[in-house]
Amino acid sequence: MLAAARTIVARDLRVAMRRRSDVAIALLFFVIVTSLFPLGVGAEPNQLRAIAPGVIWVAALLSSMLSLGRLFAADHADGTLEQMLLGAAPLGVTVAAKAFAHWLVSGLPLVAIAPLLALQYGLPAPLHGVLALSLLLGTPVLSLIGAIGAALTLGLRGGGVLLALLVLPLYVPVLIMGAGSVEMAAAGLGAGGQLLLLGAMLVVAAAFAPWAIAAALRISSE
Amino acid sequence: MRWFWYASPQTFFPLAGTIARWCGVAAVLLMIVGLTIGFFVAPTDAQQGEAYRIIFIHVPAAWMSMFLYVVMACWAAVGLALNTRLSGMMAAAIAPTGALFTFIALWTGALWGRPTWGTYWVWGDPRLMSELILLFLYFGFMALHAAIEDPRRADRAAGLLAVVGVVNIPIIYYSVQWWNTLHQGASVSLTSAPKMAATMLTGMLVMAVAFWMYSIAAAMLRVRCIIRERGDASRS
Repeated sequence: MLAAARTIVARDLRVAMRRRSDVAIALLFFVIVTSLFPLGVGAEPNQLRAIAPGVIWVAALLSSMLSLGRLFAADHADGTLEQMLLGAAPLGVTVAAKAFAHWLVSGLPLVAIAPLLALQYGLPAPLHGVLALSLLLGTPVLSLIGAIGAALTLGLRGGGVLLALLVLPLYVPVLIMGAGSVEMAAAGLGAGGQLLLLGAMLVVAAAFAPWAIAAALRISSE
Repeated sequence: MRWFWYASPQTFFPLAGTIARWCGVAAVLLMIVGLTIGFFVAPTDAQQGEAYRIIFIHVPAAWMSMFLYVVMACWAAVGLALNTRLSGMMAAAIAPTGALFTFIALWTGALWGRPTWGTYWVWGDPRLMSELILLFLYFGFMALHAAIEDPRRADRAAGLLAVVGVVNIPIIYYSVQWWNTLHQGASVSLTSAPKMAATMLTGMLVMAVAFWMYSIAAAMLRVRCIIRERGDASRS
């Protein structure tokens, strides 16, 4: 079971490395969106500092969503997905591995680059760690929830926009807790509660989302 | 009881027509009674004046909006578990009515908020935010259902989304509530509203029952259309 999961993660990472530009585009999107906000709301440092956690989190949300369309599409097109559905490994494990690989490719780079953007927005240094930690806990949840939407919209016309409509409302709690943790820390109240709640969401999502993703894939590929 | 007799769209079709007729009549009568109580009988509120009378539509609509989502998710879950055709049709038939009530609740809430709170929209209120997200969830359900051409697949896919959504609603509600306490204490609160007069409560409950009847009638009419569209009504 674990061997199957490891194989799928390794395979998806290899595929992602062959198409490095896709990974770079999602990351670039994240950076560009966050740099647009100061142009829109003005360069007042205090205001920017106040909106920074929210802006970075919303950009992370959108960037993670942007790459969801590719999560199952290629496998669906070349028949790999059917083999996965028929294969001996439990489908839940397979899709969990795929969601994990998606997070490694689309979520982890955001975690790495977020402190840099926080620096641009003038967030004080102790908050950089909180922001990175909140993204580290929150972005896997985005990948897991997003994978449900990706599986449901598999092979549909206009799937991309539809995917946004399906998953963005479900992302709301993660956004609130993620951005909230940084704001709590900024207010000197300690981000522990929010981060623990994010962790709880991750545990719940990791336990239940693979089941829903597997069911959605079975529906989509009947 | 032959519950499963009516699980077939064919046999349910005439029953749906009967239910729709009676519930439709009941809805009209109850709405006349409820609105009469609400607009003419109930006393004017000491603090809010006549503006409060919109709650006779607003509160029942908000109740229905949440309740219908749960009902829809239940039908969807039954459809996923038992693989019955009618369950998916029922879920699809309820969704537009639920979205309608969500929209009415938001709209009347905004109209009520203007004279009482001094603003149409308050970002900080968890109920407003949850209701807005609920509207998005309804739209997501309907959009996914409409995007899939095969009706059986559409039922099952949208059904799964509804079940995922219903698990998320409490999480969304509480996270918005915490978010609110983080930003600022609620400047306005419904919970501290003064005790309601008995006639007001009566009017509101009558309206709630009227909306129930309307929802059942609308869902039954819609499910009849869906059955016809899919060509399952051959015997009636």
